[in-house]
Amino acid sequence: MSLSVLAIDDSKTMRSLLSSALGRVGYSVELAEDGNDGLERFTNSDPDVVITDINMPNLDGFGFIEAARKLTRDRVVPILVLTTESAPELRARARSAGATGWIVKPFDDEKLIWAIERVADTKGQG
Amino acid sequence: MSAAGTDDFRSSFFEECEELLEAMHDGFGLMIDGLGDKETIHVVFRAVHSIKGGAGAFGLTALVAFAHHFETALDRVRSGAVTASPDLLLLCQRCGDHLSDLVATAREGKDLDPAPAISLGDQLDAVIGPPVAAEAQTDAAADAFEPLSLDLGDFGMVPDAPAEVSGYQLKFSAEPELFSSGNEPALLIRALARFGTCSVKAHVADVPPLAQLDPSMSFITWDINLETDASEDVIRDVFDFVTDCAHLTVSALPIMAQPPLPDLAPPPSLPSPSNPVVEAPKPKVESAPQPAAPTASLQTIRVDFERVDKLINLVGELVIKEAMLTQAVGTIDLPTGHDVLQEIEGLKQLAGEIQEGVMAIRAQPVKPLFQRMARTIRDAGTMTGKRVKLVMKGEAAEVDKTVLERLVDPLNHMVRNAVDHGLETTEDRLAAGKPAEGTVTLSAAHRSGRVVIEISDDGGGINREKVREIAIERGLVTPDTPLTPSEIDALLFMPGFSLKDEVSELSGRGVGLDVVRNEISSLGGRLAISSEMGQGTVFSISLPLTLAVLEGMIVVVAGQTMVIPITAIQETLHPDSAHIHTIGSGSRVLSIRNTLVPVADLGAMFGFRKEPSDLEDHVLLVVETEAERRCALIVDALHDQRQVVIKSLETNYAQISGIAAATILGDGRIALIVDPEGIAAGVAPVPANADPITHTADEGELHVAN
Repeated sequence: MSLSVLAIDDSKTMRSLLSSALGRVGYSVELAEDGNDGLERFTNSDPDVVITDINMPNLDGFGFIEAARKLTRDRVVPILVLTTESAPELRARARSAGATGWIVKPFDDEKLIWAIERVADTKGQG
Repeated sequence: MSAAGTDDFRSSFFEECEELLEAMHDGFGLMIDGLGDKETIHVVFRAVHSIKGGAGAFGLTALVAFAHHFETALDRVRSGAVTASPDLLLLCQRCGDHLSDLVATAREGKDLDPAPAISLGDQLDAVIGPPVAAEAQTDAAADAFEPLSLDLGDFGMVPDAPAEVSGYQLKFSAEPELFSSGNEPALLIRALARFGTCSVKAHVADVPPLAQLDPSMSFITWDINLETDASEDVIRDVFDFVTDCAHLTVSALPIMAQPPLPDLAPPPSLPSPSNPVVEAPKPKVESAPQPAAPTASLQTIRVDFERVDKLINLVGELVIKEAMLTQAVGTIDLPTGHDVLQEIEGLKQLAGEIQEGVMAIRAQPVKPLFQRMARTIRDAGTMTGKRVKLVMKGEAAEVDKTVLERLVDPLNHMVRNAVDHGLETTEDRLAAGKPAEGTVTLSAAHRSGRVVIEISDDGGGINREKVREIAIERGLVTPDTPLTPSEIDALLFMPGFSLKDEVSELSGRGVGLDVVRNEISSLGGRLAISSEMGQGTVFSISLPLTLAVLEGMIVVVAGQTMVIPITAIQETLHPDSAHIHTIGSGSRVLSIRNTLVPVADLGAMFGFRKEPSDLEDHVLLVVETEAERRCALIVDALHDQRQVVIKSLETNYAQISGIAAATILGDGRIALIVDPEGIAAGVAPVPANADPITHTADEGELHVAN
């Protein structure tokens, strides 16, 4: 079983890029178009890692993380924020919402994988 | 950025940009009309934000820089820090236009003149205020987009200069938030082990008995000894995500001093730290060739244009085959209601539906086209100093993609005209009791299998007296020619006609309405004009929904079946010899409503026969070409009017003057589709000195074809 990643981004391009970068290293990728969609998929598919954009319609990234953290799980799923901004306030806000880490756009494939490897228990996935 | 380098992602990015730009322009439109709600500004902001994000992924620095500036301004509006005044919204619209330009030039791989971006950026700064300190960070981040060296750290991916250290001693303990944020010390230590040989000791003295253990708390402190030549930054970067919820000390071990902590045993939870990856400057990444299928709900698919074309061609063949089958079955004289006849009827319907469905694949709403016109109108308004509002109606109506693309130039010209010539100046409008702001309306509607696009303005209408004067001045008509209002309007389409004596900045592009009309009719469309003094002008374009099918009149000439495009046919009439006159060298003219129209025999023109002397048993078809040229064609019989599938002659054979294309009829025979333009060009015009014969009564038996 490969690592399963849920990637939430309202930009089609960004979803394609994420899907391609993660799929290439053998992760199974599920995509969601906004926070609401992401929350539904998060509930149903129980991913190993979530990557979420911040600025999205319906439910933004902060809202998603807060809602996801309220769901009862037997583990805390790592959630990485994918954002164009790297301002400290934004990190602080993401962290207080419950984000595990952050990736700054534009992302580099290797850095993206590296960020995931630092938070996801890839060894346990076989 | 391996993934971003591929063309597929790039083109899908630009497609997404189109959608985003559309949403953005829609949003500004709503806000300017006062119809926007709280979400509108968010939509606009996200659109610009997403364009910036994608542009960053593809290294489109100019686009990123401008989008960032724009986004910052929008963010201020979004947060309520700045009020969205009408002036600011207009400025935003212009920024949106520039963003569109940047996207377009980036798509073509070109660079755009940076001056407008700088000027727009300055204007934004003037309205929203210069960046304040709190935003310095964000701005710095945006500036950093250019060299692609954001505040990312390099994660140790880039080989560092060899450090003067043999390793590090780290001390690490976690706050409870470390767990609640989804981080895990074991993973951090495993990540550390990538950079060298790692030995870890866990101090478990503070761990309470199991019964009192709160699993959300951390009671362990780790001592880590890492042998590596990586830099301290790289090592600290591993803990980047947990700096705010952990205690970390890092001390470098100089090269000579290498005291491996003797009593360190790896805690069992750690992933084989005793056997670490020693040389791992890059994350080891298994390569799985098949990416897992994403389950995103896709609403659209991207299809190669060629595939659609091929499908359209095949469906055309199907329709032809169906017609052939119908005809073949017709020859065997089956009784009415026979099964075969019924099934064929069903087949015919099915083929028709498939054809419609396939055509619909290429159909696209006119909205993006109209939105481009909004841009043209804004520009034209700025240049002429007129205030103009664009109203769009029926923008959801769909038309073949090719038709839409070819409409860009003609429409551009016409909306520009509407602003430049159609609308009066603000003073004149106010004097006439009209609102200062002029309105240009673009509308689209489907009418009986065609789409009608109208460009109307609420300007002063066509000044027919002036048009007439100019036409006389240019020698287009003689001063004593009696002209009806619509005939005067038609003068606007004459080649070389320009309403303004001096070439204005806008219209001085060497393109007249005649060119516009030619383009429209090359699409199988017709252009009509109507105007009321003081009330405005309406240009109306009627177009086929697709270019693959043509509505044609099936005619017979010297035993040959030919097709004449319905759009060109003005009327069909049985020749009444009284109205056919022979002039000069023996060429014939038809006298119709006070004008003379040259008569030509299609059979003779294509070399099938000699021109018949007696026209009693023939039919005359009056066709009109783009250039206002009319001629009457002699044919032997009219069959019927029907849609035919166009087959290019040029790709299959060669271009022939007077023939536009070919089609295959139900009996399998090829029929040529006549090009009225080419025919009229080959017919000698009526000599100027021919006596116009005046008739008061209508000629002969008259059928109006359409």
